[in-house]
Amino acid sequence: MPFSELSEITLLSLKVSGLATLLSLVIGLPFGTLLALSKFPGRGFLLTLVNTGMALPPVVVGLAVAMTLWRSGPLGSLHLIYTPTAIVIAQVIIAAPVVTGLTAAALQSLDPRLRLQLLGLGASKAQMVFQLWREARLPLLAALMAGFGAVISEVGASMMVGGNIRHQTRVLTTAIVLETNKGEFERAIALGVLLLIITFLINYALTWIQQRGKQ
Amino acid sequence: MSALIAIHDLRVQHAKTTVLEIKHLEIERGRVTALVGPNGAGKTTLLLTLARLLKPADGAILFDGQPLESISKLDYRRRIGMVMQDSLLLDCSVFDNVALGLRFRGIPGPETGRRVDEWLGRLNISTLCTRKATQLSGGEAQRVALARALVLQPTLLLLDEPFRSLDEAAHTGLLADLKTLLPQTHTTTVFATHSTKDVRELADEKIALKSGQLGE
Repeated sequence: MPFSELSEITLLSLKVSGLATLLSLVIGLPFGTLLALSKFPGRGFLLTLVNTGMALPPVVVGLAVAMTLWRSGPLGSLHLIYTPTAIVIAQVIIAAPVVTGLTAAALQSLDPRLRLQLLGLGASKAQMVFQLWREARLPLLAALMAGFGAVISEVGASMMVGGNIRHQTRVLTTAIVLETNKGEFERAIALGVLLLIITFLINYALTWIQQRGKQ
Repeated sequence: MSALIAIHDLRVQHAKTTVLEIKHLEIERGRVTALVGPNGAGKTTLLLTLARLLKPADGAILFDGQPLESISKLDYRRRIGMVMQDSLLLDCSVFDNVALGLRFRGIPGPETGRRVDEWLGRLNISTLCTRKATQLSGGEAQRVALARALVLQPTLLLLDEPFRSLDEAAHTGLLADLKTLLPQTHTTTVFATHSTKDVRELADEKIALKSGQLGE
């Protein structure tokens, strides 16, 4: 595999999974906060749903998204199937429950009286939520790492909705599957090692930020 | 002397059970009022209600002659200071903890710094300024919590058993400091306590609560 193709696959993997993680954070942080701090009918059911979503099999997500985006599907007219956007959509569905569930758990682990104390010191609701996020920054960063880990390593959804098309939707995990199927084990192992190194470096950076915040 | 707080026919419920019922109560401006009573008497409930962190089922509370409902919750809470049973400090420096309420109010940095320094000094904790709040002893943490409330120059200061988790030496030291500081600031203060010593040393008035009602 030429270096240009390898870098293309690596960059697409990072772009797709990075964007999916970011979108999951945008969805999961406020939704997880709402679930942790508010009381409303159906909250327990929603929490159960989110916790179940944390264990969604990527291949099932891929199937559901593919059926929705296929030409004959309800969103077929958008022509998103077998595009990087389709992979991002599927990965957001995988990562958002992880970020949401771990955000809710992180905020629920704080002393509930802290909210009252912050309000008693004159915090607006937004200021209170921001302080609670700050206080729970270590588990919240862990939620972010878990979300990123879930999507950078998944293969089922990316394969089903992306199609593993060369120069278009091929990412590191789908490339590994392809090389394995072709019997090119050395290439598959090399891609696997590359994926592990990238994941390690990103998690190393996030862990550094996390632990620096702890000191 | 006029009342800063006047309570009429107040009833607070928790899970449909009445936990506090006060026919009439006035808290005088500039005075230090002790709330005494056994556990479950309703002391914390009254303090949380006065801080508008609990909504009463019935009754009226007047603040400076105005019904509380006519003041926005945020505006009202920015006129009070509160210290809960445990110090509940944030995981940051002592300075940042004490500056918290001032930053919520958008007070500019230089003024925040000046006021925080002043109150760290008045509570004898200037040396702790850069220390992480998680590294403090119980007595130090409670001093920081008090500085965090007093730096706001509140019209009404609510203290929920501020000495509860302190050892005898820390208790005595903080009590002596508050006995000096509160009259200097003329802050109307309501504090909950079990200790007759605290009442004797600190309070101008005493309100006894028993089973959610005013007692003897």
